[in-house]
Amino acid sequence: MTQKQKKLLWRILAAAVLFVPLYLISEGIVRWPVPRWALLMLFLVPYLLVGYDILRKAFQGIKNGSVFDENFLMTVATIGAIALGEYGEGVAVMLLYQVGELFQSYAVGKSRRNISALMDIRPDYANIEENGELTRVDPDEVAVGTVIVVQPGEKVPIDGVVEEGTSSLDTAALTGESLPVTVGPGREVLSGSINLSGLLHIRTTREFDQSTASRILELVENAASRKAVSENFISRFAHYYTPIVCYAALALAVVPPLFCTLTGIGLANYATLGALWGDWVLRACTFLVISCPCAVVISIPLSFFAALGGASSQGILIKGSNFLESLSRVTAVAFDKTGTITKGNFVVETVHNSPWERQKALEIAAHVECHSTHPIARSIMEAYGGHVELGRVTDVEEISGQGVVARLDGVTAAVGNEKLMERLGVTFSPCHHVGTVIHVAYDGTYGGHIVIADQLKESAAQAVSQLRRSGVKRLVMLTGDSAAVAEKVAAQVGIKEYRAALLPSDKVDCVERLLAENGRGDRLAFVGDGINDAPVLARADVGVAMGALGSDAAIEAADVVLMDDEPMKIAKAIRIGRKCMAIVRENIVFALGVKLACLLLAAFGAANMWIAIAADVGVMILAVLNAIRCLFVKNL
Amino acid sequence: MKKSYKIDVDCANCANKMEEAAKKTPGVKDCAVSFMTLKMKVEFEDGADPAQVMAAVRDNCKKAESDCEVFL
Repeated sequence: MTQKQKKLLWRILAAAVLFVPLYLISEGIVRWPVPRWALLMLFLVPYLLVGYDILRKAFQGIKNGSVFDENFLMTVATIGAIALGEYGEGVAVMLLYQVGELFQSYAVGKSRRNISALMDIRPDYANIEENGELTRVDPDEVAVGTVIVVQPGEKVPIDGVVEEGTSSLDTAALTGESLPVTVGPGREVLSGSINLSGLLHIRTTREFDQSTASRILELVENAASRKAVSENFISRFAHYYTPIVCYAALALAVVPPLFCTLTGIGLANYATLGALWGDWVLRACTFLVISCPCAVVISIPLSFFAALGGASSQGILIKGSNFLESLSRVTAVAFDKTGTITKGNFVVETVHNSPWERQKALEIAAHVECHSTHPIARSIMEAYGGHVELGRVTDVEEISGQGVVARLDGVTAAVGNEKLMERLGVTFSPCHHVGTVIHVAYDGTYGGHIVIADQLKESAAQAVSQLRRSGVKRLVMLTGDSAAVAEKVAAQVGIKEYRAALLPSDKVDCVERLLAENGRGDRLAFVGDGINDAPVLARADVGVAMGALGSDAAIEAADVVLMDDEPMKIAKAIRIGRKCMAIVRENIVFALGVKLACLLLAAFGAANMWIAIAADVGVMILAVLNAIRCLFVKNL
Repeated sequence: MKKSYKIDVDCANCANKMEEAAKKTPGVKDCAVSFMTLKMKVEFEDGADPAQVMAAVRDNCKKAESDCEVFL
């Protein structure tokens, strides 16, 4: 608890201790002959003790011309009740209202701290080695290219590459992934991960404020300032609601008794004219207590905030409450194939039609391609696995768009596509397999072909079925690959629709067509890996970039950033959005419903001050507790 | 130009009041106050001096809600 909260707690406790015996006396439960005026004076002690700040704020509000707020409501209602001789009720309302305020401030502070603990990735210092000694410096002052030292148990403060040392890193705060990652020299490490075991020397590659941890924190902190439609609705609502309620209460206090006095209808029910007016003024005061808008005003932003925090603890960064709202209405998802459904790394699948054993075909291909940095060349070298002796390769000639011809141990060898084989006059057997096909020729004879394909992510099919279960009706895969590859991948993961052979600009057109086909109120999400698809991410209702920690453009363009490349997180993000919006709707309906019902009861004289305060504070506490449920999204 | 300031305020509705007060201050193009993160994001009009504008914003906020603070 903060100082302010502690002070309020003591004021509430002290006032309650004074209030209880006084209330028992005033109700006649404890007999103690005390005149009314003295009782009033005694009741004013706990009243002022617990409510002086509310009174002060209400008068300041009147002075500054902004009359209608909850302080004003409470002041008028309690003073009205006390003036009518309902001392106990008047003081109790103020006391319980403050209990509600204290609870609210405590709950909000608690979730604020919870969420910042979840996102506790801000590094406080960096270690620099100077003359064999470690000195702590402000990470802001570390220049790019400096070598920093990260000891076991410390956070990596700045993005960089490992120079020296091996260790395992806990990246849970960044990616939500609980398994540690092993790193060694040459590996890129991201700030915000925690060094678990060994000493690491890291050469920084970024400034502190450009590093992953700083950028994520900035993104999360800014998220709350992009407000959702329902959030804006509530603040506009509060703006009009309070004055309307105040005028309604005034009307309630004046119109019916005036009507009775003038016409004489119903006058018989009251002993005196004073009793008539007193009854209606008290009803108006009760009305004011009920009408306090706190429950809705606090619980809606709290729900969004908790959901944003819960999502970031799962490695899902949502850039604003408005996107939670959009996510909850997603009915169609378009995927970029490479990097989302497939891993985007190429692996040799098989070797076909080779007169030699598999290893020899790979050996030839690996050597001929040894100077290439193309991902396909690298995948062949990886599949070969053996040592590539550069000395065996001479006269390397790269034929653009066809392949490579070279001399291996002095014998002509060629690796490339069908065109290259035709050009060299080698008879080859065409391949019916799906994927990239590399033909091998050695000494003028055909050596078979190597089939290279992208790999599916292990959980891709499960992610697709989870999306369906979360209520996504339409799934479309977009890819620049050939129709054959697209068809195979789509079938493997269970997606029925695909668009193949798309250029990056075609993807925007495709998404635009899908947007046009979407129903009103339905939202389209596009999921990409952030490479070349920034325009599409921006165009979709919700752009989701995955595994995008390294890519600035993707973080900039996307609305939702998945910190690892786990496709199941897409469905999770949608479910977090749906849960949050469901809770927001529950709270709006519940709080306003109960208030409206109690307002009607109060107007007809069927609700007393105790019901009124229960409708105000009780509803607020329930709504806040409900809002905090948004934080629990781990097993969603 | 956009800048972000730390604030202190006790209730969600008070934060809304601060936002409205800040929006009405001359030199402020737009403003978003988040009660949850206790941050005020201010977008200044072209040519406005942030220090000067923020002093006025702080005064206006205090007028609208006595129990608040904008840390400049």
